[in-house]
Amino acid sequence: MAPPQRPPAADYWRKNLTLIAILLSIWAFVSFGLGIYWAEDLHGIQAPLPGTPLGFWFAQQGSIFTFVILIWVYAWKMNRLDDEYFSDEEE
Amino acid sequence: MGVTGWTTLLVGASFLLYIVIAIRSRATSTGEFYIAGQDVPPLANGMATAADWMSAASFISMAGLISFSGYDGSVYLMGWTGGYVLLALLLAPYLRKFGKYTVPDFIGERYYSQTARLVAVICAIFISFTYVAGQMRGVGVVFSRFLEIDVTWGVIIGMGVVFIYAVLGGMKGITYTQVAQYCVLIFAFMVPAVFISLMVADTVIPHIGFGSIPPGSDVSLLARLDGLHKELGFSAYTLGSGNTINLLAITFALMAGTAGLPHVIIRFYTVPRVCDARKSAGWALLFIAILYTTAPAVAVFARTNLIDTVYKDGAFQPHEQMPPWFQTWEGTGLIEFDDKNGDGLVQYVGAAAVDGQGQSITNELTIDRDIIVLANPEIAGLPNWVIALVAAGGLAAALSTAAGLLLVVSTSISHDLLRKWLKPDLSEKQELLVARIAAGAAVCVAGYLGIHPPGFVAEVVAFAFGLAAASFFPAILMGIFMKRMNREGAVSGMVVGLVFTGGYIIYFRFLHPELDSVENWWWGISPKGIGTVGMLFNFMVAGIIRSFTSDPPADVMKMVEDIRVPEQRAV
Repeated sequence: MAPPQRPPAADYWRKNLTLIAILLSIWAFVSFGLGIYWAEDLHGIQAPLPGTPLGFWFAQQGSIFTFVILIWVYAWKMNRLDDEYFSDEEE
Repeated sequence: MGVTGWTTLLVGASFLLYIVIAIRSRATSTGEFYIAGQDVPPLANGMATAADWMSAASFISMAGLISFSGYDGSVYLMGWTGGYVLLALLLAPYLRKFGKYTVPDFIGERYYSQTARLVAVICAIFISFTYVAGQMRGVGVVFSRFLEIDVTWGVIIGMGVVFIYAVLGGMKGITYTQVAQYCVLIFAFMVPAVFISLMVADTVIPHIGFGSIPPGSDVSLLARLDGLHKELGFSAYTLGSGNTINLLAITFALMAGTAGLPHVIIRFYTVPRVCDARKSAGWALLFIAILYTTAPAVAVFARTNLIDTVYKDGAFQPHEQMPPWFQTWEGTGLIEFDDKNGDGLVQYVGAAAVDGQGQSITNELTIDRDIIVLANPEIAGLPNWVIALVAAGGLAAALSTAAGLLLVVSTSISHDLLRKWLKPDLSEKQELLVARIAAGAAVCVAGYLGIHPPGFVAEVVAFAFGLAAASFFPAILMGIFMKRMNREGAVSGMVVGLVFTGGYIIYFRFLHPELDSVENWWWGISPKGIGTVGMLFNFMVAGIIRSFTSDPPADVMKMVEDIRVPEQRAV
């Protein structure tokens, strides 16, 4: 591995911010977007279960499932990033 | 065995379990008392956080709240779970790295200011007492409804149990009792939910049942419910009331408020490493989501059941033909029937209801929202032990939250006020003693508030979230993500956020409740959602003041860099 151009902490922090930005966009999209802002427009679509209007489903079920997944993705990605930047093992 | 026998048995057994756990995990140092010695495994911390967070209101009232408000109730579901995403991504890992004992500790050290610490302590104590009063009341109510014990004695028994494990064990005792309490409460919530799902939708998984087309029917459960709502003059179950900006603001305020609540944040200090803080947030939300995604299904089943009971084949049913559970709960005052037109039929209708001739119909039935969870087992005809289980679950939910909140009060007093401010020369032994005394005193105050609840408890909960969203959340966030945010900016931001949010809520809820409606609200945002605006003001003011004042000292900037990265560790 080539010697890093910037201090590893700064590089780590930049990657962390990018990941946070991506995950929070999804967070806002499913809850504020699909669950509230577009809920009425999505009312005619019956999904993912045969009897649920999509917007309503996202507001009461889908957004919560997504939140759980988002946190686990973050934990998994960051714990790997931690290993990459801050483990004692020599490269 | 009767309901009372089963309830005494299950509640007694669960209390015994909590006390045994407490005695086995006594705290011997301030580190153990405040943050459980930082050796709680992430899975256990996830369960403890879930129990800490899910209060008597989540367990007893939330399904009912959604059942009676339909789509509009979604703000609570999304708000109280979405906050964990903010917590996991933006706060928990860095606060764990910081590693000190309390939220005011972080605010005080990050903004190198005792004033900031003091503001944070006052907020933490206010938020915690607001909340804890409701929990103790919940304990008393469960006792009085299920065991026919006076509310006062119910509160005193609950106080006794919390006293034993909070004062003896501190955070360590609380953590492991909360793990047990989570198991009790989730089992107690899921058993009736599965049974009622089987009954209404013919599937064991409530999440599927709620979106299904029940056997023998050609329309889905939700479509049928929407139809019934229309016939009876209620607004549609699956559609909102239309004030989108207000729904967005309330959801965001609840999310940011959740992330800023001190008793939740403090749980993330108890795990060994930064990566464990992230994982425990994942576990916590998973455990919370089990209840929060089941509640809307229970809400739909119960709502349909309820309407079917009073309104069959297009006609209101006579009062004497109501099932036994209806009469039982009428006895407790949770169901009230007032035969206004004297025809003996139970007219249960919404504001827009009209009869065949276009005459409007007057509603005659008032139903307390708590009935949805409390009466579910009886409505579904479940055995007595399930009813007893609901009582034990409600108590577990209330006690676990109360304990977490009382610990915040105790540490705020012994650590933040005394050790870090008034008497810095306190020895560790003395500090631990003060912490125990403060915890004991806090239990007594909470018990008093539970027995003599101030009339404004329900109103004040909106306060707790609004204030946490407008003060703690932005202050901590900027403390981590804006290295150059300084004392002047953060303190003025917090003060503006608090004064604006507090002022708005006090104006509409206490001074002029008659004006509390959408045409008077600023930007159409209700007092419940105003914390979002307060938070934006906090950010703006902090940013502006910062640009005119000097950078924080070098050691503080160094500290910020330090909390942004995890500890060095061997692979």
